[in-house]
Amino acid sequence: MMLADALIVSAILFSIGVVGVLTRRNAIILFMCVELMLNAVNLSFVVFAKMHGVGGHVFVIMVMTIAAAEAAVGLAIVISVFRHFGAVDLQNLKLLRR
Amino acid sequence: MSAVRQAVTSHPLDGSIAEWVWLIPLLPLLGALINGALVLWPRLSRGADHSLEAREAGAASSLAGTRWLTTIVGPGVLLLTFALAVAIFLAMRGAGEMLTPFIRTYASWMPAGSLVIDWGIQLDQLSMLMTLVITGVGLLIHVFSVGYMATDGGFARYFAYLNLFVCAMLVLVLGSSYAVMFVGWEGVGLASYLLIGFWFSEKANADAGKKAFIVNRIGDFGLLVAMFLLFSTTGALDFVGAHAGLAGASPAVFTTVALFLFLGCAGKSAQLPLYIWLPDAMAGPTPVSALIHAATMVTAGVYLIARAATVFAGAPAVSLFVALIGAATALFAATIALRQWDIKKVLAYSTISQLGYMFVAVGTGAYAAGVFHLVTHAFFKALLFLGAGAVIHAMHGAYHHSHQPDQDAQDLRNMGGLRKYLPVTSATMWIATLAIAGVPPLAGFFSKDEILTSVFTRAQGSTLASASLLGLPGSTVLYLIYGVGIVTALLTAVYMTRMMLLAFGGLNRTGERASAGLHDAPAIMLVPMVVLALLTLGGGWLNLPELIPLGPLHLLSSWLDPVSGEASRALGGSLHLDHSTELVLVGTAVAVALLGIAIAVMKYRSPISNKDKAVPDAGVAALLADAYRVDEGLDRTVVRPVYAFSTRVLWQGIDQNIDRAFVSGGRLLSRVAGQAHDALGGGDVGRYAWVIALGVLAVLAAFTVR
Repeated sequence: MMLADALIVSAILFSIGVVGVLTRRNAIILFMCVELMLNAVNLSFVVFAKMHGVGGHVFVIMVMTIAAAEAAVGLAIVISVFRHFGAVDLQNLKLLRR
Repeated sequence: MSAVRQAVTSHPLDGSIAEWVWLIPLLPLLGALINGALVLWPRLSRGADHSLEAREAGAASSLAGTRWLTTIVGPGVLLLTFALAVAIFLAMRGAGEMLTPFIRTYASWMPAGSLVIDWGIQLDQLSMLMTLVITGVGLLIHVFSVGYMATDGGFARYFAYLNLFVCAMLVLVLGSSYAVMFVGWEGVGLASYLLIGFWFSEKANADAGKKAFIVNRIGDFGLLVAMFLLFSTTGALDFVGAHAGLAGASPAVFTTVALFLFLGCAGKSAQLPLYIWLPDAMAGPTPVSALIHAATMVTAGVYLIARAATVFAGAPAVSLFVALIGAATALFAATIALRQWDIKKVLAYSTISQLGYMFVAVGTGAYAAGVFHLVTHAFFKALLFLGAGAVIHAMHGAYHHSHQPDQDAQDLRNMGGLRKYLPVTSATMWIATLAIAGVPPLAGFFSKDEILTSVFTRAQGSTLASASLLGLPGSTVLYLIYGVGIVTALLTAVYMTRMMLLAFGGLNRTGERASAGLHDAPAIMLVPMVVLALLTLGGGWLNLPELIPLGPLHLLSSWLDPVSGEASRALGGSLHLDHSTELVLVGTAVAVALLGIAIAVMKYRSPISNKDKAVPDAGVAALLADAYRVDEGLDRTVVRPVYAFSTRVLWQGIDQNIDRAFVSGGRLLSRVAGQAHDALGGGDVGRYAWVIALGVLAVLAAFTVR
């Protein structure tokens, strides 16, 4: 029953990530929550790879690569947002509305 | 017969000038386009001033530059068309006996399933005759109009409409199917509407145009229903195919189709009870009344019945009904004409009355006699209207120059003694008056006499006489119609002589200041009148009866025989009266005409006062002068209730509420949608995230919880 346990852990991690994205306002923490969700998905990929072959592993590598790139771009944006507004609180970022 | 028609592949007219027949309706259309362009040109080049009236008032001078072009193009296209028509006519004469129509199809119009309608032209003896009358009389009236409209600001617009009318009328008579004919039928209605309301800045004129159009809708409804019935019965709408397809149909089909066709004819040709638009149509320029409301358009109904003779021959009761309505109309309108003071109103009611005669003829199956009267009536009534135009032209000019523009230039009480001032007009109009009254040897005598004689002949031993209408034997109905015809002939002589005596006889009542300005019209107006007078003098030779052998006999009847002869014999047989009876009939007709003239001379010898000092009519005279107050009655029983219903219920009740519901409903809807969108959006990324998450949950829930 190792599969089920691993999947439950994955689900818990993902939910924590979702709740974090929904409730926190700080962009950095939001980022960490997104990473948490990605890694939860990675965990379930690995688990399923045990059943269905190496395809899952390939996807995990892909996701990690994309996540690294995304983190780089995202953090750069966060830095420039901080320079511009003096804060990284997402509640203040409503520019799209105007 | 139909099998023979289809089997014939070659035609005597193949390769002759008749191949150019398509140019006949096209030339006037070209004229209409050119003149229409001349109307629009100042608007396009100047742009700002869109009021037609203001433009025409100012355009009288600036348009003088293009006026010569209109003068050439307007009557010019008619001259070309008439020349072509004559050439084709000569080709037909030369081609020998032509038993089948010459049909050319140019393009497909409505290929819809089993309904196939083509743009086609059918040239046969009837359409050829109509084309000659339309282009010939039309040409004369166009020439007259150049003089009559010379000082009018709407010169080019007038000729654009008039050319358009001729084009539509030619499509009407030349169309090879009911559908193509209907295009012309509606086209002449449109041109008539435009020309009745030509001086539309006066509301009464615009209203008269609308009245003509709306009353004609009732008739057109009948024509459309007849076309639907024909198509559903025979599967064809072209004249040849539809009439051949009716061969085995039941009498009920013949009766229904004929009745609905007649409804259309009654509307267009101003028969009871749809005649009410024609007196009002006199609001248009007088040459228009001559061309459209006397010579050509109003005779379209007579043409259609002659064209659909096969249908009417299969329904003797309907034919009797047509003749009866015609007789009733003839008498009814003639009594009204007795007491009209407006010179054009006299002629308008006279036209309705004469159209009644034509319907008597085609109703009794005497199609050739009906068409004969159509042709002679086109000559003498066009002449009378042109004469009235010349009189009005003179009266109007006289009042204008003596600064009395509020005087009525059309009222007979203001005329009198015009013979001295307008000798040519007087002489030509007297010829036409004697013709319409039925004095030999003028055109009207022959045609009216042939109608009355054929009614009398058919009252014994014909299909019509053995048919019955509303329980009355056909024979009785025909004798009744004959009696009505004789009485109407008497009245015709009376009212026409009255009109002439009031206008041209006695002492002048125009007033001293104005009468100095009275003079005959210029030559361009007089020449067409003289030509028409000659035609009126000689028109009877088109169809001489055996009784009066002054030349070749029955030219028109034998010319039309391939078109309507068969149907005519089916209804009337080929009976002949003996000479003595016929002599009595002719003697009666002539005696009645002379009696009518004598009555009018006796009654209108004494001088009357002019309009300002006139004593109002009383009693029966007032009833006749008011045309039996039919318009007032219709106004009370039909127009006002419909108007009230439309205003209260349809407009204020339904229309406005629907407007309100849709406009405020639409406003409310967009506001709610906007607020909803505002609530969902708001630019807050956090809220977007919530919406996405909830959405995902909802989708998952939908998949999980079936």
